[in-house]
Amino acid sequence: MIGLHKLVERRAGLLIFGILLVSSIGGLVQILPVLFAPPPQSSAERYPPLALAGRALYIRESCALCHSQQIRPLLAEVRRYGAASRPGEFIYDRPFLWGSKRTGPDLQRIGGKYSDAWHRLHLTRPRAVVPSSIMPAYPWLAERRVDGIALQARMRGMRRLGAEYTDQEIAEAANAVAGKSELDAMVAYLQFLGRGGAPRQ
Amino acid sequence: MARARAIPYHDQIVAVFIAASIGWALFGMLAGVWAAAELVFPALNFDLPWLTFGRLRTVHTNAVIFGFGGSALIGTAFYSVQRTCHQSLFAPGLAWVVFVGWQIGMCLSMLLLFAGINAGKEYAEMEWPLDIAVAVLWLSFALCFFGTIGRRRIAPIYISNWFYGALIIVVAMLHVVNNLALPVSWRESLPLYAGSVDAVVQWWYGHNAVGFFLTGGFLGMLYYFLPKQLGRPIWSYRLSVIAFWAFVYTYIWAGPHHLHFNAIPDWLQTLAMVMSLLLWLPSWATMVNGVMTISGAWHKLREDPALKFIVIALPFYGLATFEGPMLAIKSVNVVSHFTDWTVGHVHSGALGWNAFVTFGTLYFLAPKLAGRPLFSARAANIHFALGVTGVLLYIMAMWGAGIMQGLLWLNLDEAGEVRYSFVEIMEAVAPYYVARLIGGALFFAGTALMAWNLYMTMRGARIVQWYAPAHAEASAAARKTKPRTRARKPAAA
Ligand code: HEC
Ligand code: HEM
Ligand code: HEM
Repeated sequence: MIGLHKLVERRAGLLIFGILLVSSIGGLVQILPVLFAPPPQSSAERYPPLALAGRALYIRESCALCHSQQIRPLLAEVRRYGAASRPGEFIYDRPFLWGSKRTGPDLQRIGGKYSDAWHRLHLTRPRAVVPSSIMPAYPWLAERRVDGIALQARMRGMRRLGAEYTDQEIAEAANAVAGKSELDAMVAYLQFLGRGGAPRQ
Repeated sequence: MARARAIPYHDQIVAVFIAASIGWALFGMLAGVWAAAELVFPALNFDLPWLTFGRLRTVHTNAVIFGFGGSALIGTAFYSVQRTCHQSLFAPGLAWVVFVGWQIGMCLSMLLLFAGINAGKEYAEMEWPLDIAVAVLWLSFALCFFGTIGRRRIAPIYISNWFYGALIIVVAMLHVVNNLALPVSWRESLPLYAGSVDAVVQWWYGHNAVGFFLTGGFLGMLYYFLPKQLGRPIWSYRLSVIAFWAFVYTYIWAGPHHLHFNAIPDWLQTLAMVMSLLLWLPSWATMVNGVMTISGAWHKLREDPALKFIVIALPFYGLATFEGPMLAIKSVNVVSHFTDWTVGHVHSGALGWNAFVTFGTLYFLAPKLAGRPLFSARAANIHFALGVTGVLLYIMAMWGAGIMQGLLWLNLDEAGEVRYSFVEIMEAVAPYYVARLIGGALFFAGTALMAWNLYMTMRGARIVQWYAPAHAEASAAARKTKPRTRARKPAAA
C-alpha cells in the first residue's frame, strides 16, 4: 500500500483521481439505491395553496431549526407526539423539514391539536400562551400579505417535479390567497401537518 | 544575480484572507453569542424579523463555517502549498478573484439569510444563484491550488496538500450534488429530491461537509503548521498515509447517522453506525501522530502561544471524534438526537478543534507576514485562558442540558404515559443555557482580544517578501532574503 502511495503522491493527477474514486464509493452505495427505490406507499395529500405558501414561510423563518417534523418509533415519542413517521408522508416535501434539534416540540402531527385562534395568538405572542416559552414572537406575520405570484411559480415547479396541481388550481391559487395574511398561511400549514399519517392517539 | 531568479511567494493574498477570516470570526461568533442570549432572553430579538433566532442561527453557522473557516482554509492553503512545493502560486490573479468573490459572496449570503431567503437545508442554505457562484469560485481555488502543485519543484506532494486536496475535491462534489434544484424564481428553488431521499442526500452532504471542511481541511492546516512551528517533522509518515486514505474512504459512509430512527431504510442507519465506529480509528491515528510529533518538545509550549493553541486543538479533536462515533451508536443516539448534546458535540469540534487550530495558525502567520514579533504574548496567553474556559463551560453545559432533555423526554410513568411535559423540560434546561451563554461570551472575548493583538502586530507593517529556496533539495523551510515590499511579481513563466 505504501508502494502504491509512493506512486500516487508523486503524480498530482493520480492523487486527484484517487481521492475522487475513494470518496465516491460510500455515497454511490448509499444514495443510488435510495434514489432508484420504488416510491414509498403513500396516502399523502398535496399541500393546498395556502398551506404551501405557509410552508415557504416556515422555511423563511427557519422554524425547523427549533422544531422537528419527525416522530421516531419509540414508545415515549409516540405517546407524546402521535404515530411514528413513515417515508410515504413526505413525498411532497421539497425540501424535507425533519430538523435536527428540538428546542421546541415536534410539529409533524400538530394539525388539529389546537384551534386556529390558539395558533394565531401563540405565533404572535407565544408568552401570552406559555409564559416561560423561549420561542420568538412573529408579529409581522399578521401584517404581511401572501405573495400569490411566488406561490403560483412554486406550484408550477412542484408540478414539474411530480405534484399534480392542475392548471386550474394554479390559476385560482392567486385568487384563493389574495388578501390572506402570512399568519393565515402559516396557520393553514400547521393545521395541515400530519395529514396522511395516523391521527394523534 | 541569484536573487533575480529567485521564486517569490505570494503572501499578500494570504494576508487578506486571514484578515477576512478574523473579521468573520468576530461577526459569526457575535451572532452565536447573540443567538445563545436569545435562548435565555427571547425578547432580545426586539421583534425584528432579521434578528429572530431562526435567521440569526443560520447567519451564525454560515459566517463561522464558510466565512471564518473558509477564508482561513483558503488563505492557509495558499500559504502552505507554495512552501511545500517551493513554487509561487499558480495564477495569482485568479487567486485575487477568489478572494474578492468569496468575500462579496459571503456578504451577499449574509444579507439574504437575514432577509429570510434560505434554501432550507442545514449548511446549504444559500439559494441557487449563490450556489453557482460558490461552485465557480471553488473551481478557481482548485485551479490555483492544483496548478501550484502541478509546477512543484519537489517530487513528493507533502501530506498537508493531500488533505487540502481532499477538501477541495470532495466539497465540490458534495456541493453540486446536494444543491441540485429546480429554480422557481431568483430567490427560490425546489430540490430535485423529495422527503426521505432529500434527507439522505442532505446528510450525506452535511456530515461530509463536517468531514472534509471542518475536519479534512483543518487537518491540512495541522499537518503543515504543527511541524513547522515545532521545527521537527511529523512523527510517522506511514501512519499519516494510512490515516489519510482510511479517512477519505470511511467518512463518506457515515452520513445517515444523522437520521437514526428517522423514516429512512434501516440498513442505511446500521451501515452508517458501523462506519462511524470505524471512523474513530483514522481520527485517533491522526491525533496520536500529532501528539507524538510534539512529544519531547513539550517545553516549547511554555513560551509559544501559537503552538499552545495548535496543541490544545489536538485533545479537542480527539474528544469530538470520540464523542461522534459514540453518538452514532443507535442506543446512544436515541437519547442524544434532537437534544443539546449534539450542539455540545458540534462546539467541542468547532471551538476546541477548528477555532483553536486556526487561532494558533494565525498567531504563527501574523508575525511571519509582518516580519516582527507578536505584539503581545501576554494578551495571547489571556486569550488562551479565556478560550479554554469558554469552550469547557460551553460543552459541559450542553452535555448537562442534552442528557437531561434526552432522558426526560423518554421518561414514562407507571401508566406508560410521558412523565414530564415538554414545557417542564424546557424550563429545566434554562440554567444550562445561561452557562452556555457565559462560556460563549468568554470565548468571544478571547477572539476579540486576538483580533486586537493581531491588528497591532500587523498595523503599518509591509508584508515581507519571502522566496523559495534556491535548490529544490533544500529543506522545506523557506529562506528569508531581503524584505521587499508588496512586490507581487508575476509567477515565473
Ligand atoms: C428558538 C426556537 C424556536 C423557534 C425558532 C420557533 N419555535 Fe415554536 N416553539 C418553541 C418552543 C420552546 C415551544 C414550546 C413552548 C411554547 O409552546 O411556546 C414552541 C412551541 C410551538 C408550537 C406549539 C407546539 C405544541 O405542541 O404545543 C407551535 C405550533 C410552534 N412552536 C410553531 C412554530 C413556528 C411556526 C415557528 C416558525 C415561525 C416556530 N415555532 C419557531 C421554540 C421555537
Ligand atoms: C463564541 C462562540 C460561539 C457561540 C456562543 C455559539 C453559539 C451557538 C448557538 C447558540 C447555536 C444554536 C444552537 C441551537 O440550535 O440550540 C449554535 C449552533 C451552531 N454553531 Fe455555534 N457558536 C459559537 C461558535 C461557533 C464556531 C466557531 C463554529 C464553527 C466553526 C460554530 C458552529 C455551529 C454549528 C455548526 C451550529 C449548528 C449546530 C446544530 O445544528 O446542531 N459555532 N452556535
Ligand atoms: C469521527 C468523527 C465524528 C463522528 C462519527 C461524528 C458523529 C456525529 C453524530 C452521530 C452526530 C449527531 C447526529 C444527530 O443525532 O443528529 C453529529 C453531529 C454533528 N457533528 Fe459530528 N462526528 C464526528 C466528528 C465531528 C467533528 C470533528 C466535527 C467538527 C466540528 C463535527 C461536527 C458536527 C456537527 C456540525 C454536527 C451537527 C449536525 C446538525 O445536526 O446540524 N463532528 N456528529
